[in-house]
Amino acid sequence: MPTNLSARFCTFVLSLFLIAFALPAFAGPFEDAVAKFANDDYSDTEEAIGVVAGSGNKLAFPIISALQDGRLMADSDSKKVYITGADGKSIDAATGEPVASVPDSASAVRLNNRLRRSVDAAIGSLTLQSPDIGTRLQAAQSVFKSHEETALEAVDGALAKETNKSVKAALGDARAAILLFKPDATEVEKLEAVATLKARGDQEALALLTGMGDQPASVTKAAASAISSIQSSLAVWSTVQNAWYGLSLGSVLLLAAIGLAITFGVMGVINMAHGEMVMIGAYTTFVVQEVIRTRYPGLFDYSLLIAVPLAFVVAGAIGVLIERSIIRFLYGRPLETLLATWGLSLVLQQAVRTMFGPTNREVGNPSWMSGAFELGQITITYNRLWILVFTLAVFAILLAMLRYTALGLEMRAVTQNRRMAASMGIATSRVDALTFGLGSGIAGIAGVALSQIDNVSPNLGQSYIIDSFMVVVFGGVGNLWGTLVGAFTLGIANKFLEPVAGAVLGKIAILVLIILFIQKRPRGLFALKGRAVEA
Amino acid sequence: MTPHMLTRSLDRGATIFLLVVAALGVLIPLSNLLLPAGSFLQVPTYLVALWGKYVCYAILALSIDLIWGYCGILSLGHGAFFALGGYAMGMYLMRQIGSRGVYGNPVLPDFMVFLNYSKLPWYWYGFDMFWFAALMVLFVPGLLAFCFGWLAFRSRVTGVYLSIITQAMTYALLLAFFRNDFGFGGNNGLTDFKDILGFNVQAEGTRAALFALSCLALILSFLICRSVVSSKLGKVLIAIRDAESRSRFLGYRVESYKLFVFTLSACMAGVAGALYVPQVGIINPSEFAPGNSIEAVIWVAVGGRGTLVGAALGAVVVNYAKTLFTSGMLAPYWLFMLGALFILVTLLLPKGIVGTFNAWWDQSKEKSVAAASASAAAEDGVTEPKMAE
Repeated sequence: MPTNLSARFCTFVLSLFLIAFALPAFAGPFEDAVAKFANDDYSDTEEAIGVVAGSGNKLAFPIISALQDGRLMADSDSKKVYITGADGKSIDAATGEPVASVPDSASAVRLNNRLRRSVDAAIGSLTLQSPDIGTRLQAAQSVFKSHEETALEAVDGALAKETNKSVKAALGDARAAILLFKPDATEVEKLEAVATLKARGDQEALALLTGMGDQPASVTKAAASAISSIQSSLAVWSTVQNAWYGLSLGSVLLLAAIGLAITFGVMGVINMAHGEMVMIGAYTTFVVQEVIRTRYPGLFDYSLLIAVPLAFVVAGAIGVLIERSIIRFLYGRPLETLLATWGLSLVLQQAVRTMFGPTNREVGNPSWMSGAFELGQITITYNRLWILVFTLAVFAILLAMLRYTALGLEMRAVTQNRRMAASMGIATSRVDALTFGLGSGIAGIAGVALSQIDNVSPNLGQSYIIDSFMVVVFGGVGNLWGTLVGAFTLGIANKFLEPVAGAVLGKIAILVLIILFIQKRPRGLFALKGRAVEA
Repeated sequence: MTPHMLTRSLDRGATIFLLVVAALGVLIPLSNLLLPAGSFLQVPTYLVALWGKYVCYAILALSIDLIWGYCGILSLGHGAFFALGGYAMGMYLMRQIGSRGVYGNPVLPDFMVFLNYSKLPWYWYGFDMFWFAALMVLFVPGLLAFCFGWLAFRSRVTGVYLSIITQAMTYALLLAFFRNDFGFGGNNGLTDFKDILGFNVQAEGTRAALFALSCLALILSFLICRSVVSSKLGKVLIAIRDAESRSRFLGYRVESYKLFVFTLSACMAGVAGALYVPQVGIINPSEFAPGNSIEAVIWVAVGGRGTLVGAALGAVVVNYAKTLFTSGMLAPYWLFMLGALFILVTLLLPKGIVGTFNAWWDQSKEKSVAAASASAAAEDGVTEPKMAE
C-alpha cells in the first residue's frame, strides 16, 4: 500500500513536472502568432498583430506597445520574441517570463506605415477595455478618429461591457464612424451611423460625413441633411463661443478699467500709472507664490486668496502715497497730472525691472483654476470662468461700497460738488486720498487675476492702459455701470470682429470706432449731465 | 510775412535763438567737411548725424508747443504725424534703391519681394519722384490731422478726452504699421537707404547738408510759429486756451481756429519726421509708440510750454541727456531719471526752463526799473510819505 501510494505520488509529481515543462510545447494560437513576429515579413506581422490584439491575453498590450516603440526584439533563428523594457530588463513575449538577456542575433521587429496604422488600431482596441475610465475614453476617441474596420469587433465587445455613460457615447460614435466607412456594412447600419454622427454634431463628425465617399443614395441623402444640420448648429456654437470669449475679454477689460473708472471718473484724475498698479498686484502674487513654494508648499491652492488682500493693501498704500506726494498738488490741472503719472509709471516699471529682472516671472495656476470643461461644443477654461466671476464680485462689492458705506457717500458727495461737500464738513482731501487708494487697490487685485492669464513682466500694465482708458471713455466718466457696459461691449465686439478681420485689424477697427463714437457722444455712453460736466 | 511783422514778432530770446541755430547750421557742417579729421575743432560725422536728430526733435517739439502752449490742445499722438512724414520720405528713399537691393528688383523694394508682392501697391505710386514725396510729407500728416481734428473739434472733444483719443490714434497706427500686409515693411520698417536726390545718404557731405537743411527747417518752423502766435489769430488761440467757452460766446469759431493750428502743427511734425529718416537711416513702426509722443510732450514741458524757444531747447536738452545717460553705466537709471523729470517738472517747474527764466528776468527788470525810479525820485528831493509805524 505504502509503495503504491508513494508510486502514485511520484507519478503525480512527475506528471506535474511534465505539464509544467510541456506547456510551451503545446503552443496555442497566441504563441503561434507571437512566433510570427520573428519571420520578419510584413504580412506575417500584420496577421500576428490582429491575432495578438484579439487574444485577450494579458501580454497583448505590452507586446503591441513594444512593437510600436521598436522594443519588440525577434530572433529569426530560434523564433523567440522578447520585449525589452525601458529599464533594460527583458521578458519572453510568448510566456511573459523574464530572460537574462536578449541574444545578439535578435533585432527589432520592423514596421511600415500600413502596419503602424494597424498597431495604432490594435492599441486603440486593447485600451478600450482598460480599467481606467480616462484611458478607455481616449481609446474610444482614437478609434473614432482612425475608424479602422479592424477595430469594429473590439468596439462591439467593449460596448457590450461598458457601463460609463460618456465612454459608451464615445464608443457609439466610434462604431458609427467605422460602419460609415465599412464597405460591406448594410444600408440600415449606415443610416444609423449617420444619425449618430448628426447627434454628435461637431467639426469631426462633419469632416467624416463630408469625406465618406461613395454611398447608397439613401445614405448620401441622410448625410446631406445631417451635414446641413451640423453646420447650422456649429454656426450657433461658434456664436456662443465668440460670445463667451467676448465676455471673458470684457471681464479682463472691466477688471483693468474699474479702478481707473474710480480715479478718472470720480476724481477726474488721469492716472497713467494705473497699469503699473495692476503690475504691482501681479508681482505681489508672484512674491506670495514664491514664499509659499519655499516655505509652505501645501498652501499653494490658497495662494490667490492670500494674494488678493495683500495686493489690495500694497497697491492701495502705494496709491495713497502717490496721491499725497504728487497728485494733490496737481488738482485742476488734468493734463499735468497725466504727464506726472506717466513719469511715475516709468519709474515704477524700472523699479520693478531692477528688483525682479526684465524677464517674465512664473506665476502658477492653483489646481482649482487649471483645466477646462466642455459645454456643448465649446471648451471653457476654469481660469477664465473664475476671472469672470471674480470681476463681477469685485464690481458688486464696489457698487455696494459706494452705495452703502460712509466713505462711499462722501466720495459721491465730493464727486458731485466738491465745495458743497467741503462746506458740509467732509474732509475732501482725506476722501481724495482714500478714493485714489481704493482705485489703485482695485487695480492691484486686478493684477492678481491677470497674473493667471498673462505674462507677469514689468510691461504688464502698459498693455492694459490704453484699453482701460478706452473702456472708461466709451462707457462714460463717473459712472460704474457705464464702465461695465463699456467693457463687455468692447470685449464682445472685439471677439466678433476677430474672426472676420483678424486679431490686429479687429483691434484697430475697435479703436477707430471708439474715436468716431466719441465724436458722436463726447462724454461716453452714460454721460453725467449738468453743470459739473463743463468744469 | 512783412518785415514789420517779422520784427514785431521777434523779441530778444527769439533773436538769440535764431542766430544760434543759424550759426550751428553753418559752422557744424563746415567744420565737419573742411577741417582735417581728428582736429580739435572738427565735428565728427556721427555727431553731425546725432545733432541732426536733435534738430528734427526740436521741430517736433515746436509743433507740439504751437498747439499745446498756445491753444491748449495736448496731443499725445504727435509722434504719429512725425512718423507718417518719416514714412513718406522713407518710401521715396526705398524707391531710390532700385535694383541695388538684395533681390535686385528694379521696382519692388526688398521686403515686398520677400513677401511675394507681384506688383507695387497703388499707394506707393509716385514716390519715386522727390517732389511728390515732399508733397506727401506735408499732405499725409496734414490730411490725417485735418480729418481727425474736424471730427474731434466739431463735436467739442477737449482736454483729456482729446489727449486719450490722439493716443488711441497713434496706437491704432502702430498696430497697423506692424502688419506685414499693410505694405510698409511691417516690423522692420523701411531701411537700407542708398541715396537721396542722387547723393549717397551715408556720405559726409550729404549728412552735413541734411544737418544744415534741418537747421533751416527749424528756423523756418520757428518763424512760422512765431508769426502765427504773434498775429491776431494767435491772440484768439490764446483766448481759446484760457477760456474756450467764452471765446465761443464772443463769436469766434473755436473749432476752425483749432483745426487750422492742429493741421499746421501736424504738417510741421511731418517735415521733422521726413528730415529725421535720412539722418538715422531707418523708419519703423516703433516711432508710432504712444510712449514716444508723450516723451515729446515732456520736452516741451521741460523747456517751457508757450515759449517756442523753450520747446526747441527742451527737445535738445532732454535728448542730449538721454544720449549721455543711456550709453554709459547709468543706463539702467535712465528711465528713473526720465520719470523723475516728468514728475519734477510738472510739480516744481510748471513754466519750464525758459518760462521760469523769463519770469525771473521780468521780475529783476521790474525791480531795477523800480530802483531807478526810486533813485530818480530821491535826486529830485521828493521823499515818499512814511507809513505809520
